[in-house]
Amino acid sequence: MISKWRIQRFVRHSFLAFFCVLLALWCLFPFYWATVSSFKVGSEIFNTNFLPDSFNFCNYLSVLQTSGFGKSLANSAVIAIATVAIASLLALLAAYPMARMEFRGKKRLLFLILSATMFPQVAVLFGMFELLRFFDLYNSREGLVLSYMILTLPFTVWTLTNFMRQVPKEIEEAAIMDGASKLTILFRIFFPIMRPSMVTTGLMAFITSWNEFLFALTFSLTGRARTVPVAISMLSGAGQHEIPWGNIMAASVIVTIPLILIVIFFQRKIISGLTTGAIKG
Amino acid sequence: MTGKIRQYFSKYHALKAWLFLSPCLVVILISGAWPLLRTFYLSFTNTAIDYSSAGAFVGCDNFSNLFEDPDWWEAVKNTLFFAVVSVSLEAVFGFCVAFVLHRNTHFKTVLRAVVLIPWAIPTVVSAKIWGWMFHDVYGIINRILEFVGIISKPISWIASSELTMVAIIIVDVWKTTPFMALLLLAGLQSISNECFEAAKVDGVSTWRLIWCIVLPMLKPTFVVALIFRTLDALRVFDLVYILGSGDLSCATMSVYARRYLLDFGEVGRGSSAAAMLFFIVALVSVLYFTISQRNLRKVNK
Repeated sequence: MISKWRIQRFVRHSFLAFFCVLLALWCLFPFYWATVSSFKVGSEIFNTNFLPDSFNFCNYLSVLQTSGFGKSLANSAVIAIATVAIASLLALLAAYPMARMEFRGKKRLLFLILSATMFPQVAVLFGMFELLRFFDLYNSREGLVLSYMILTLPFTVWTLTNFMRQVPKEIEEAAIMDGASKLTILFRIFFPIMRPSMVTTGLMAFITSWNEFLFALTFSLTGRARTVPVAISMLSGAGQHEIPWGNIMAASVIVTIPLILIVIFFQRKIISGLTTGAIKG
Repeated sequence: MTGKIRQYFSKYHALKAWLFLSPCLVVILISGAWPLLRTFYLSFTNTAIDYSSAGAFVGCDNFSNLFEDPDWWEAVKNTLFFAVVSVSLEAVFGFCVAFVLHRNTHFKTVLRAVVLIPWAIPTVVSAKIWGWMFHDVYGIINRILEFVGIISKPISWIASSELTMVAIIIVDVWKTTPFMALLLLAGLQSISNECFEAAKVDGVSTWRLIWCIVLPMLKPTFVVALIFRTLDALRVFDLVYILGSGDLSCATMSVYARRYLLDFGEVGRGSSAAAMLFFIVALVSVLYFTISQRNLRKVNK
């Protein structure tokens, strides 16, 4: 009996282990392949060896020297950080009354904000295009930050409201007794408590704006405001049929590395950001 | 003590709440509501991108032209096909991954980070990487398939719109299964462990455990995850734009709308397509809210 049970357990464990290995391979292989390809130079890239002959940084150098790629990286970073900062501040201000105050139309407003997270981007594309041209923000980083507000703000408000509701009332009441003003309560009491949650929403906003493509493609014309996803989509060789795969793969690796670091260091925060919206909704 | 607090709360003026809300609302109105209203308005006019035509009111002409355009119906068909196939595949795979991750505690932390990586990679980058892997002559996928013996000669993935759609779906499944899996995993973790232990004690087989216990208890999470993913899939743009090279033959509704709005400069026509997409997404959201509300009512009973 016992040996049969052991065999069953062994089979089950090895099946699970096999599945896990397969899963890891499936998830990681494309990125691995891009990394390998990025180190291959010349015609080496056309063979399918699973390791490059040598770690040659040619492709990386040539991408970074491609006019504008470094500028695009800087644009992406500046735009993403500005988006995170502005969206976090505005959302913190908005989440406070949503979670802690009573006023008419609150439920309806929260519902509208939740609906805005499900928006098809293309439905605001041309209106935004016009608006940016009108304000002279077309092809500027400020313009892209403004357009990213509609992608990040509703989600951030919704999530922060949910987090803030979980903070026990007693903490706030002590401050009220001391006669603190609303702004003081928000920034002196809620802000420190909410900081971990704001890291979560901030990371989500960062990833959203770092990865965004449709707005970046439409609202930037030159290298002045172009972000990395658009720069990668535009990398092309001398001729139409000469696609510089090595360079594209090197660029892909460069853009992805910050995200992989974020995933490794902030795994738990990202998972909580992904799930709170859905589970509580 | 409590009297003072109550007094304080009664002094809550709605005005103060709106004061806190106003910066956020102003930004949302500027970046969301106004452009959306413009899209609705423009869909009834014949505006051109360079304002060469007067932007006169043309009634429902744009919509009737849209409905007579076979390319539009092709885009609708492509979008729906993409959404249905990719979301169902993601649901099945996502559930498998979630179930295994839930039971396997040894590598949970590592595997959770691993499955997050495809989700975190920018869509444009995944499209480029997979585009390279799907390359007809030098792509690793054709080499592997040939090596295993599934195909005898390389397949040209981007030559026909059907195969391109297959490739797009594969990439999307790769990219978003983690999202599904992590949502379902969170749902699984909210099921009390006693259920699993009781089933174990009773000697219930894994299949029965899944069908009779896990899936019914996971239903609310599943519905939410499916709707979120469906809404996402309906507005898909990046993948299709890059892998389909912006061709209208395998375009989705978002790609079609952008083509008309900016590349062809027919803003009226493009806006009507964008408005249609908006209504389809809104319809699915409404469906979602009624379903989730009904679920809630069931729970309350």
